[in-house]
Amino acid sequence: MMRAAGVAVATSADVRVASLPARGLLLGALCVLILAVMLFPIVVTFLSSIKTSAEASSVPPHYLPHTLSLENYVKVFHYQAGLLVYVYNSLAVALLTIVMCLVLAIPAGYGLARFPIPAREPIFLLLLSALMIPYQALLTPLYAMFSALGIANTHLGLALVHTALQLPFCIYLTRSGFESVPRELEEAAVADGCGSWRALWLVFLPLTRPAIVTLVLFTFITSWNEFIAALIFMSKETRFTVPIMLVGVRQGHFGAVDWGALQAGVVVSIVPCLLIYLLLQKYYQSGLLSGAIK
Amino acid sequence: MRRGRRRALVGLAFVAPALLFVAGFVLYPLAELFRLSLTNSSLLGGEKYVGWTNYVRAWDDETFWHALVFTLKYTAWITPILMVSGFLLALLTVAPVRLARLTRTVVFLPVVIGIGSASFLWFGLFDEQVGLVDRLLQDVGLVDHAVVWFVDAELGLWAVIASIVWKVVGFGMILFVAAIQSVGDEINEAAMMDGAGYWQRVMRITLPLTARAIIYTTLVSAIGSMLAFDQFYIMTAGGPRSETFTSVYWIYQNSFIYFKQGYGATLSIILLAIIFAASAVQVLLSRRWGRT
Repeated sequence: MMRAAGVAVATSADVRVASLPARGLLLGALCVLILAVMLFPIVVTFLSSIKTSAEASSVPPHYLPHTLSLENYVKVFHYQAGLLVYVYNSLAVALLTIVMCLVLAIPAGYGLARFPIPAREPIFLLLLSALMIPYQALLTPLYAMFSALGIANTHLGLALVHTALQLPFCIYLTRSGFESVPRELEEAAVADGCGSWRALWLVFLPLTRPAIVTLVLFTFITSWNEFIAALIFMSKETRFTVPIMLVGVRQGHFGAVDWGALQAGVVVSIVPCLLIYLLLQKYYQSGLLSGAIK
Repeated sequence: MRRGRRRALVGLAFVAPALLFVAGFVLYPLAELFRLSLTNSSLLGGEKYVGWTNYVRAWDDETFWHALVFTLKYTAWITPILMVSGFLLALLTVAPVRLARLTRTVVFLPVVIGIGSASFLWFGLFDEQVGLVDRLLQDVGLVDHAVVWFVDAELGLWAVIASIVWKVVGFGMILFVAAIQSVGDEINEAAMMDGAGYWQRVMRITLPLTARAIIYTTLVSAIGSMLAFDQFYIMTAGGPRSETFTSVYWIYQNSFIYFKQGYGATLSIILLAIIFAASAVQVLLSRRWGRT
């Protein structure tokens, strides 16, 4: 069908006029189908989460809720230590991770972009080496290390793992951001008596704000979503992050899955990511692309 | 000259904290991983140097090899599915039309949510009693009875593949859209003048000119699949009969459920070596074909 339309475009202007609406209609229908397939899981999960607890577990399941209820959200809110505790843990870890990534990646990117460091490229590759060494393989020694240091079950411990995971991308981002700042601006700042530290604050950071926003955004989403390290390191109930809370919610009290509560928990865990993406799409996609073009 | 050296030192000082961090939390743990792999270290305490014993044991560990083959099988199926559907979605949504742009945004949505959350979401959808996948398949008449997905390794694998394709297909799509956009209009217009049809242009122009992006995305995607854990831990729990353990899952099981840290470290080293070798091969291939 598409081939026919494509050939038509090339051969005759008359046929093009006739075939374009048909082709457009076909592609439009395809788009609508894809939209339906992609949205179905999220929409029905949200709809299940606002059913009553009994209806969420009904066999066979209903597509649409017959009665609306916030019962499932109330249950998740009061689950074990309480939803707020788990959200707080997730936020604390994400915040610590963001701070550590900023504190490490901004100076590192600056140094690599603007200073005549000997062996600059080998140092850069060394900093990116975490990309070659999947963190999943390092969890065993890291756990032993953190147990010895007494930070295995803390926000700081998990944030250190998330920083190690995210740092290569952050350094890549800051370096290319700082490299794009025009030399003249830096020279003008130095002529005005700015030291390198002040130039970083007054010239470089204001000019690379989009890159920094992207860095914060990606780091937050990585940390908020990360599963296996959180599962291993946060073994105390009160330290669980949101994804680990879901493991417990599913197990329920008597071995039977509490479907409504699980779906409400899933909605709570994905809503922040969806909101951030939809509000800051511009930064998100540019970050993904700058990370990809190596 | 002196000024140059001073600036080099200042630069090094800026880089030093990140270097120390990588040394402490990536390189040292890597060395430590290797050391642990030569011990019988246990999470319960106590460790003794045992030489290559763990490696010999890994050689005879049928569950480990089964897990490795299973992970390869998962990777071998899902990677081409992701690349082909990602590329087709990119061709569809690259059009400067509002509906196409909306589709692109929506296809990318699941990429930003966690694999953990997505796995719990699909675990509910695939449940044979309360799940809407079976309800939908029955309503459209594709199956007569509800399919019980996770009691069978093969069905479980395909349920996981379906959910992960939904979750990550937008990642490849976005990279391919950018690559397709960077192909100039002139070359396509010239080909159209010569009478090349749409699919001819895709095969002869778009594909070769986006080869770099395709190879890069394939590499990233394949490595990600080789490290799969969350989706199997949550959806199949390694079952039935340990048939859906992935490599990372079996390492996790040994290190943190059986407390055999030393042995888990050995399996990690073997997995690292395999991934490293596989990426080296792919990088070499991309050097050969990706120069466009």
